[in-house]
Amino acid sequence: MSGLNKLVGSYEEAMHGLEDGMSIIAGGFGLCGIPENLIAEIRNKGTKNLTIISNNAGVDDFGLGLLLQDRQVKKMVSSYVGENKLFEAQLLEGILEVELTPQGTLAEKMRAGGAGIPAFYTATGYGTEVAVGKETRQYGDRNYILEESITADFAIVKAWKADLHGNAIYRMTAQNFNPTAATAGKITVMEAEHIVEPGELDPAQIHTPGIYVNRLIQGDSEKRIEQRTTREAPEKS
Amino acid sequence: MALSRDQIAQRVAREIRDGFYVNLGIGIPTLVSNYVPEDMEVSLQSENGLLGMGPFPTEDEIDADLINAGKQTVTFNKGASIFSSAESFAMIRGGHVDLTVLGAFELDVQGNIASYMIPGKLIKGMGGAMDLVAGADNIIVTMMHADRHGNSKLLSKCTLPLTGVGCIKKVVTDLAYLEISEGKFHLIERAPGVSIEEILSKTQGELVVSGDIPEMTF
Repeated sequence: MSGLNKLVGSYEEAMHGLEDGMSIIAGGFGLCGIPENLIAEIRNKGTKNLTIISNNAGVDDFGLGLLLQDRQVKKMVSSYVGENKLFEAQLLEGILEVELTPQGTLAEKMRAGGAGIPAFYTATGYGTEVAVGKETRQYGDRNYILEESITADFAIVKAWKADLHGNAIYRMTAQNFNPTAATAGKITVMEAEHIVEPGELDPAQIHTPGIYVNRLIQGDSEKRIEQRTTREAPEKS
Repeated sequence: MALSRDQIAQRVAREIRDGFYVNLGIGIPTLVSNYVPEDMEVSLQSENGLLGMGPFPTEDEIDADLINAGKQTVTFNKGASIFSSAESFAMIRGGHVDLTVLGAFELDVQGNIASYMIPGKLIKGMGGAMDLVAGADNIIVTMMHADRHGNSKLLSKCTLPLTGVGCIKKVVTDLAYLEISEGKFHLIERAPGVSIEEILSKTQGELVVSGDIPEMTF
């Protein structure tokens, strides 16, 4: 690495410094826009007792589900974990903890974490189990709960195109949690489908400014589809 | 006759106005998109970060990078925009979405909703439902009026863990359209051929029936 060039030479180097017991924020929604190759590297590395902050937990044999197979995860902070049988089994066995967090609150926790805001009030979850043990406060005629922001030892994200400085653009709804996650890692690692020279991307179209990215690596994605839904093609006239 | 799932969706669609931004939940709410009046322009919001969601793709159009909040492959319409999850929930929490339609297990007379968790069964999570009910002013709940055994799901007090408190004002069930205010359900319309007695017998929470209650027409 030199200057602003974030490119690293190997996946091993990309996840260097990840140790047992650390926390990782991961981008992606379902299997869409997940950093597939970085997850695979964490699996190869065999790091244990991880806390993973991610909207979902992947499926049994793909995405973050892979890390459950070797019991690498101690705790998940997620909004929805319904797609994963292994997750269910480990939860019932008590070897996995889950902290269910409303999806918007999860996104805002990452946003606030990356933006240096330690906590924020939100109406989301007031009066529900999510509010248990949290401070509440009334503003106007509404009640709010205090939610703490999140940062993590690592953030792992997946971009479509990135330049060597880590300026990145996401593709379609593969954007989801990625740009926000990228702001909240002490070390943010980005895998990108395409890596280009600085100057090749329009600065005004950048989703993630390179300042948030510490390490960059190229990765080809399988892009598995969770729910393949289609309609009949209209008949050609 | 109780309403079919499509008829519930059809009734909800009558609450849509031209120019609305609408978030539709999974299940019956999704069907509402099939009944948007043709003379109206409406934009569908999907909370994973898409405004202007289109129909499912044809086999040729499938794109793994383009999905909805139910993780289904979708398309987008002309004039769509795509953004981050944080931005998406800023729109939702900030009250910028004109209409939210979602399902529920239980509702009560205080406008409380339970929709994400049944204790003893697997906890899957609330996804974006807590944010949606907390952020939207105009929410319509679609649900069955009673379970298979005839037990009411419109209650004096929800028994299941809540998704939100005091946030629901309108509900379309298979039997009726009701509104919630001042700690009571109010019967506004009934499904064709469904008697007020049947609705009363299947509504455990206090139900106000005032004047003639029109039947829905389809």
